[in-house]
Amino acid sequence: MTVETELISAPPEKLVVEGVSKTFRTARADVHALDNISLNVREGDFVCLVGPSGCGKSTLLNIIAGLETPDKGHVLADGKPITGPGSERMMMFQESALYPWLDVFGNVMFSLKLKPKLNNKERREVAMFYLKLVGLEKFMYANIHELSGGMKQRVALARALAPNPRVLLMDEPFAALDALTREQLYGDIQQIWAKRRKTIVFVTHNVREAACLGNRVALFSPHPGRIQEQFEINLPRPRDINSVELAKYSTEITRALKRHLKPELAEVAE
Amino acid sequence: MRRWLNAILFFVILLAIWEGLVRTGIWSPVLVPSPLDVARYLAGSVQDRTLLDASYVTLKRLLLGYATGLVLGLPLGLLNARFKFCEDTIGLLALGLQTLPSVCWAPLALLWFGQTETAMFFIVIMGSLWSITLATDAGVRNVPPIYARAAQTMGSRGLHTWFKVIFPASLPFIVSGMKQGWAFAWRSLMAAEIYVTILTGFGLGHLLHYGRELQAMDAVVGIMFVIILVGLLADKTLFSPFERFMHRRWGTAKR
Repeated sequence: MTVETELISAPPEKLVVEGVSKTFRTARADVHALDNISLNVREGDFVCLVGPSGCGKSTLLNIIAGLETPDKGHVLADGKPITGPGSERMMMFQESALYPWLDVFGNVMFSLKLKPKLNNKERREVAMFYLKLVGLEKFMYANIHELSGGMKQRVALARALAPNPRVLLMDEPFAALDALTREQLYGDIQQIWAKRRKTIVFVTHNVREAACLGNRVALFSPHPGRIQEQFEINLPRPRDINSVELAKYSTEITRALKRHLKPELAEVAE
Repeated sequence: MRRWLNAILFFVILLAIWEGLVRTGIWSPVLVPSPLDVARYLAGSVQDRTLLDASYVTLKRLLLGYATGLVLGLPLGLLNARFKFCEDTIGLLALGLQTLPSVCWAPLALLWFGQTETAMFFIVIMGSLWSITLATDAGVRNVPPIYARAAQTMGSRGLHTWFKVIFPASLPFIVSGMKQGWAFAWRSLMAAEIYVTILTGFGLGHLLHYGRELQAMDAVVGIMFVIILVGLLADKTLFSPFERFMHRRWGTAKR
């Protein structure tokens, strides 16, 4: 190997998904959620999984998180198989999943207290740093029910970021928010990603959101869940969700989405 | 402050009406004592210590039995919520025994333990244990699964998840179960004390019973006041702090 090839070689694969299949058995029928999915995510990459509801993208995210196990195939994180959930791959959910018995500060401290290497003074400092990062330092003693939806997701983001995980898994974290708050958070998340060099896997059913945030967009189709196509989004950052260039990408992805959905719909019609 | 004044004014008026009605002489003073008589009885029984001793005996029985009920009921509830086997066995037993009015334990307790403190202790435990168990069970089942999932991705495992997530998340249910358990224990203890004489200590229930036997209406009404007062104090000191905390944090029931 020459120096040149060493320098141009891509960053290491952070996450490797290989041949993952998953079927849920319910009383009425078996749901084939994932069928032979393979996906590689490099260190520092930002990948969006996009597709209609029920196409298995959240299931894939849960498997990467270690909350569920695949029937077939395997997932590697840093080359090691994932055996269970862990703080090196932090998850953010559609609902904030904040704990109502703790205040804002307590919620951020919750994830930090599970990090054994810090003492309490350091933990408080780190918590304050991330509360400032998401712009909520003034609300550190607020109760969760006093926050708006956008503020809750910001706290959840701070809680997820505080233990400094290398990988962030986000399951439609902005879906329940109003458009204005969402746009603010698009800016925030891009900034944090660029500053802290995280690896992010982001699940959404909003094509434009995916094109705005991702370096790469993986298109899912349902029944069974498959990755149909992947798109590279070559746009400078920070990206504005309303820009014309972005619209070109999202139109292209939406077209592809419809193309892959059509035979599916035809099948149902038969 | 204003709310305190309202409360005080309300009770002063109530007492004044009572005193006024007694003075009209429509009822025999043997059946309806004046509030002054009741106050005189209470002051006297505080002075000769009968009231204080009786309250002490009753509260000791109640607190010991209730604490034991808590110590047994909380883990039983957690076990029921966690293991299907426990739910199918202990859970069913708890549900059945909870429907049994706890004073129904009195005859059995007396036959088993005789007229002893143990019998009283047993009745109080049976009164509180099952509601606490069932409430804990229900509380844990009502915790949104996403709380535990979120905790797991943050590195929480096993007992940590149970103590730091599941348990505090089910606190609203558990506290209402504790209140119910307290109410049942209090009622069953009073019933048992009126029902049987325990030679090792005379509780408030016994005083009430003797008040009836001696036709001392001032004593009967006075003791009833004390029993109400104990209930109020228990509510304000044992449960109100929890409830205030929950109202503040969860944002339920604004005051």
